Amino acid sequence: MAARPVPLGRHPAGPWAGWAAATLLVAFVVLPLLAVFWRASGASLPGPADWSAVRFTVFQAVLSAIFSVILAIPVARALARRQFPGRSVLITLMGAPFILPVIVAVLGLLAVFGRSGIVNQALAWIGLPPVQIYGLHGVVLAHVFFNLPLATRILLQGWQGIPAERFRLAASLGCQPRDVFRLLEWPMLRATLPGALLLIFAICLSSFAVALTLGGGPRATTVELAIYQAFRLDFDLGRAAVLSVLQMAIVMLAAGLALRLSLLDGFGRGMDRVPRRWEAEQWPLQMLDCLVLLIAALFLLLPLGAVVWRGLSGLDAVPIQVWRAAWVSVVMALSSTVLTVAMALALAHLALQRRGVEALGLLGIAASPLVIGTGLFLLINPVSDPARWAFAVTVLVNAMAALPFALRVMAPVLRDIERDFGPLADSLGMTGLARLRGLTLPRMRRPLGFSAGLAAALSMGDLGVIALFADPDRATLPLQILRLMGAYKMDAAAGAGLILLVFSLLLFWLFDRGGRQDADT
Amino acid sequence: MLTLESLVIRQDTFVLRADLSLQAGTVAAVIGPSGAGKSTLLNVIAGFFAPVQGRVLWQGQDITTLPPAKRPISMLFQDNNLFPHLTAAQNVGLGIRPDLRRSQGDEQRVSDALRRVGLDGYGARKPGALSGGQQGRVALARVLVQRRPLILLDEPFAALGPALKAEMLDLVADLARETGATLLMVSHDPFDARRIAPLTILVAEGTALPPQPTDALLDNPPPSLAAYLGD
Repeated sequence: MAARPVPLGRHPAGPWAGWAAATLLVAFVVLPLLAVFWRASGASLPGPADWSAVRFTVFQAVLSAIFSVILAIPVARALARRQFPGRSVLITLMGAPFILPVIVAVLGLLAVFGRSGIVNQALAWIGLPPVQIYGLHGVVLAHVFFNLPLATRILLQGWQGIPAERFRLAASLGCQPRDVFRLLEWPMLRATLPGALLLIFAICLSSFAVALTLGGGPRATTVELAIYQAFRLDFDLGRAAVLSVLQMAIVMLAAGLALRLSLLDGFGRGMDRVPRRWEAEQWPLQMLDCLVLLIAALFLLLPLGAVVWRGLSGLDAVPIQVWRAAWVSVVMALSSTVLTVAMALALAHLALQRRGVEALGLLGIAASPLVIGTGLFLLINPVSDPARWAFAVTVLVNAMAALPFALRVMAPVLRDIERDFGPLADSLGMTGLARLRGLTLPRMRRPLGFSAGLAAALSMGDLGVIALFADPDRATLPLQILRLMGAYKMDAAAGAGLILLVFSLLLFWLFDRGGRQDADT
Repeated sequence: MLTLESLVIRQDTFVLRADLSLQAGTVAAVIGPSGAGKSTLLNVIAGFFAPVQGRVLWQGQDITTLPPAKRPISMLFQDNNLFPHLTAAQNVGLGIRPDLRRSQGDEQRVSDALRRVGLDGYGARKPGALSGGQQGRVALARVLVQRRPLILLDEPFAALGPALKAEMLDLVADLARETGATLLMVSHDPFDARRIAPLTILVAEGTALPPQPTDALLDNPPPSLAAYLGD
């Protein structure tokens, strides 16, 4: 049979929509960058404090990546070879940190590892000195909390990629666990680990909210945090611009490397299958896996449980501003969700014709929010009061940040739809809006719902560019929590944290569920 | 009359030539070894694949560059002939208007077509709730409401059992006769061709030959076809 026919001049949707989205994306990322460069060229070269921020940024990202991935290996292996009740719940839970607001996680980690947290209380009880969460190890701890699940999911996919028949063959040859590791698991890990390490390294490079809350001081400042400080505390726009250029160089380098190796593939897709593993059917290994999963679940669940527990008792202390901020955050999240989904849909159509478009979406990750924020501030400042644009800028920046994920989820689905049903739609003359309503949207419900949920939750919990722009009257919920923490109103902060957690998960759940309901397969 | 005028189809290293005509209102099979280019030939006629040279004409009119939907053609593919998220009636209705809007008269035509293919009362079902044969009938009902003079079948019933496939082909032949449509169907089964197609276009060795009487061709196959038929 000859290869599949190439359609004759097919335009499933007006390509203008895709081009418009691509133009908006490029303009929105490139213009601020140009503004940053222009401003930086007049400023002084980076000083010793700046270089020390660069060193810290890279160092903590290296540590975070190594710890996340190494700890993920036993967890992923246990999930890959054990079937037990609650397994799918645990895997779903592994996806939760991705949509968990950073500030909520920090609250939870403080409740467990903080000065008067559970761990220190236990240490005091057995007469040991307390541990400190602030500084390098706090930053790394928080990053491991966020990225251990991501690494686990990536590695679990690697394990699932090994055909079940290979394990059967290994069993028939009498392979012991050590042999199976050497023959089957190590080759897979060698192929998977570098990509996972680089991805997490790249993610941790632009860490802002974690460094802001758990780092700080000359010895634990990331470049993103230094940008914020140059901006907010010193109002030294030149230095903020120089730091932005540094940050961009670092992230681009890491993102470029990470892209070569993989990815962004941590979610979804068939993790329900557990092949039978004859060699692992012995009780010491079963105990080991059980213990590993228990510790991992505790590490992830304890902080979340603490947020809920403390939040419930702190709800009374929540001031009215928190509810106002929650309202602002929800409106912002919904706005940027609409923008993300519309742009991702348009770009996914464009990507049918030009594969490179998918990489374009990654611009949103490569350029960090604070760099874009700085650039936009530089652009807006001469013309208007930037604080008045805080809402629009935050919505846009959040949409750009969620766009790569939405595009990654939607583009392959759209390609499949066009492959399977494109010829039929073409032969029936379904074009433009008729095609969108009759074919594309109904068949894309699941990825649309999932992407929308992702975008809403990410935007809801974002604490980035808003910190640069907002004035005291207008604040998002994460920013309001940060202020409460800064004022040592920890009860109110805990209550607000619970509210934020509930809103984020609720938004994700509503959108995702909306996409699943009555979705035909 | 369907005319393929000095047609040259090229796909990487694969080349297929066709120079032939088919009288309107006839039923013809397209037969040949797999990989000979039967589907590709249909895709060129339907407008899914552009030839590098030559023209496709219908009743003397050049349709070589028309998009698929603008051609006087209804086509059924090997698979995915129905949208799984739409009901049977909606799927049929798309043959009248591509935007899912239907007037009262359209509704009537849709239910008439469903009745004609033996699916009276099945309009509200989605393809997932229909058997393979019923799905084929829904697709045929859509062909019926499309009222196009040329019907192309690219083995849409290949996945059905022999008896069901024969039943579906008889139904297609009946529908084509009733509407006076020209029917061109790809087949790798000589029995299908003998059953409903008096004429056969042999596609082999890079050429689509002009239609010839099916029985004579199959009783006395040339070497290229004999090797494929294996007798």
